[in-house]
Amino acid sequence: MFEGLSEKLQAVFDRLGRRGVLSEADVDVALREVRLALLEADVNFKVVKDFLARVRVRAIGAEVHKSLTPGQAVIKIVHDELLTTLGEGGKLDLGGPAPRVVMLVGLQGSGKTTTAAKLALRLRSAGRKPLLVAADTYRPAAITQLEQLGRQLSITVHSESASVPPPVICQNAITRAIQGAFDVVILDTAGRLQIDDKMMAEIEDVRQRTKPCETLLIADAMTGQEAVNIADAFNKRVGLTGLILTKVDGDARGGAAISMRAVTGVPIKFLATGEKPDAFEPFHPDRLASRILGMGDVMTLIEKAQVEFDEKETLRTAERMMTAKFDLEDFLGQLRQIKKMGPIGDLLKMIPGFNQISKDLTPEMTEGQMKRTEAIISSMTRDERRDPNLLNASRKRRVARGSGVDVQDVNELLKQFKQAQTMMKQLSSNPRLRNMLKRP
Amino acid sequence: MASLRDTLSRTRNSVFSRIQTALGQSDITDETWEELEMLLLQADVGATTTEGLITRLRERARADGIVRADALRGALKRELKALLLSHPATHSFASNRMLEVIMMIGVNGSGKTTSIAKLCKLYKQRGRKVLLAAADTFRAAAVDQLQVWGERNGVDVITGPQAVDPGAVTHDAVMAAFARKADLLIVDTAGRLHTKHNLMQELVKIKNVLQRTVHEAPHQTLIVIDAANGQNAIAQAKGFAQAVGVTGAILTKLDGTPKGGVAFSIVSDLGIPILFVGTGEKIDDIEPFDADAFVEDLFEA
Ligand SMILES: Nc1nc2c(ncn2[C@@H]2O[C@H](COP(=O)(O)OP(=O)(O)O)[C@@H](O)[C@H]2O)c(=O)[nH]1
Ligand SMILES: [Mg+2]
Repeated sequence: MFEGLSEKLQAVFDRLGRRGVLSEADVDVALREVRLALLEADVNFKVVKDFLARVRVRAIGAEVHKSLTPGQAVIKIVHDELLTTLGEGGKLDLGGPAPRVVMLVGLQGSGKTTTAAKLALRLRSAGRKPLLVAADTYRPAAITQLEQLGRQLSITVHSESASVPPPVICQNAITRAIQGAFDVVILDTAGRLQIDDKMMAEIEDVRQRTKPCETLLIADAMTGQEAVNIADAFNKRVGLTGLILTKVDGDARGGAAISMRAVTGVPIKFLATGEKPDAFEPFHPDRLASRILGMGDVMTLIEKAQVEFDEKETLRTAERMMTAKFDLEDFLGQLRQIKKMGPIGDLLKMIPGFNQISKDLTPEMTEGQMKRTEAIISSMTRDERRDPNLLNASRKRRVARGSGVDVQDVNELLKQFKQAQTMMKQLSSNPRLRNMLKRP
Repeated sequence: MASLRDTLSRTRNSVFSRIQTALGQSDITDETWEELEMLLLQADVGATTTEGLITRLRERARADGIVRADALRGALKRELKALLLSHPATHSFASNRMLEVIMMIGVNGSGKTTSIAKLCKLYKQRGRKVLLAAADTFRAAAVDQLQVWGERNGVDVITGPQAVDPGAVTHDAVMAAFARKADLLIVDTAGRLHTKHNLMQELVKIKNVLQRTVHEAPHQTLIVIDAANGQNAIAQAKGFAQAVGVTGAILTKLDGTPKGGVAFSIVSDLGIPILFVGTGEKIDDIEPFDADAFVEDLFEA
């Protein structure tokens, strides 16, 4: 449904066929696409309107840099403005006398309990001694859920009977933290609707008794237009200090983050990216901006690649990418690396060019395809791998026989390789990426 | 930021009254169309669907010679209802099968377990002998949660040891249903994102177990969707439908402020009828989906 915005804009400008300075008409045509993209990404319509007004002012009359197409120029302005709107990722502020209190709030089912455990784990790794507090006495087995998570991670959980009012539980937890020398207390509160006055009064009470230094809104990345009202109401009632966006590992564009940030002005502090306790990352505005615009999660991929790729191999590929020499051997090497990095479907989606390639492939086929691809490339001679143009009909037949596939499959692979090659060229012309890869 | 916040709340308060006026006694102006578009976008109807609706409405206005804004309101409501009625809910609490099986699916936290508790009560009230299967063996205390609801409903819950294969629990539950002569088995599954291939395969496995053990099972596969979700809900419904097929949807958390406008695409584009809506955390907070009421609610402030 959501094609890359860059391609769409390119198509628009191809039709217009103009270069040089962005005219008012050009910009308006382009911004219509941007508007659709942002709305489909669930950015609140009012926030979109303000946003586009700002972009428009910056874009009209802007000079298109020689190295950019008009489409790329608009994207760049949009991207920059998105970055400004998203702001820098915030850090937790846990300085001051222990115990520091972190209160997690949000709607039902947004992921508070799982996030509480992740946060505790992260803080412990940073040398703190966290105490988790089961303050959701409403949802059946919510207390048990936190207790079980605490046991799994060997993190202490303060829990009481579900008949004790949550503000009292939280207050008792502080006393316990002082006695037990816990230096951070994480309050897992019940999910509540921002319009539920009684329940909102309850967290106000918790807040007054525990004086949290961080009050974090846990919000589902899939949230729609109401994100503004939700964030606004929680902020007014309990004063938020940060946002955590959850379930980011899905394919939601996460436009709600922009809405919430715009309406509250508080920073996004973390992204929750999976069900496991370590699936938790600091927020990078860059990545979310690219994602909202449908430009692929290039930076995430690069960083992931840097951690898990074999370093020498990465540098070699990087070098070849920069010189735009990228042959079938590199392709195979890269596929092998990607395979090492785990579920490849998820990963492929993060690369703009591969987005296209992987679109018609189910992940299952992709795995199968990978094996076949390896077989085919292994059946080629060294020279053929270096220069696929050598592969004439009879050579293709030989390769097909050698790897037990049809000639058609060989052709298909070559087509994919060409696409990847194009993609690599595109990537290598990205200045930020160049810098990134130059750094060893 | 303050100014944006103020604008937002001002917008919120006035959008609907302005729409009332715009759609009131006056003639149709550009502003009328803009207000309508805003109403739909704000309700999560989605930009593409909204565009389609407005275009059709313009044609209708031209063809029928609608000049007054208030007549537009009626025409839009009819359009919206027509979308929902393109695949009307055909749900029955009765079944002449020896054992009917319902499989509940959806993303994490959408309200599957709670909705099962609510449905369980409705079926039980109609004289059905219900059994629940705790096939969410992944999330911490998910089994305990379903057990609490089972107790409150006076209904047995079949469980397996933690981290056991959900297919195995499902199989045990079917056998237990036969042995105990239950006539309805509701299977609770773990929340999962539709983009996770392995987890979707796990769901296929659960379905296969049901297919192998009960004639034509699962008879209902219900996706539970959080009404606060935006456009991603469409991707969810699509993903789950592709993996295991979906016979209907439950739209939860409609007691909140979201309008659940994704329902229009889910019904009319994906052909998945909405069967029930969730309106709170209590066991009785469930209602059959009513297309008329749903559309009227969109126009409520
Ligand atoms: N306000 C409201 N909350 C709901 C509704 N349905 C479920 N919930 C809450 O949403 C949270 C997640 O529900 P749960 O059934 O555990 O979701 P699951 O992970 O899909 O099984 C719980 O706190 C429920 O109480 C509803 O219709 N309205
Ligand atoms: Mg559940």
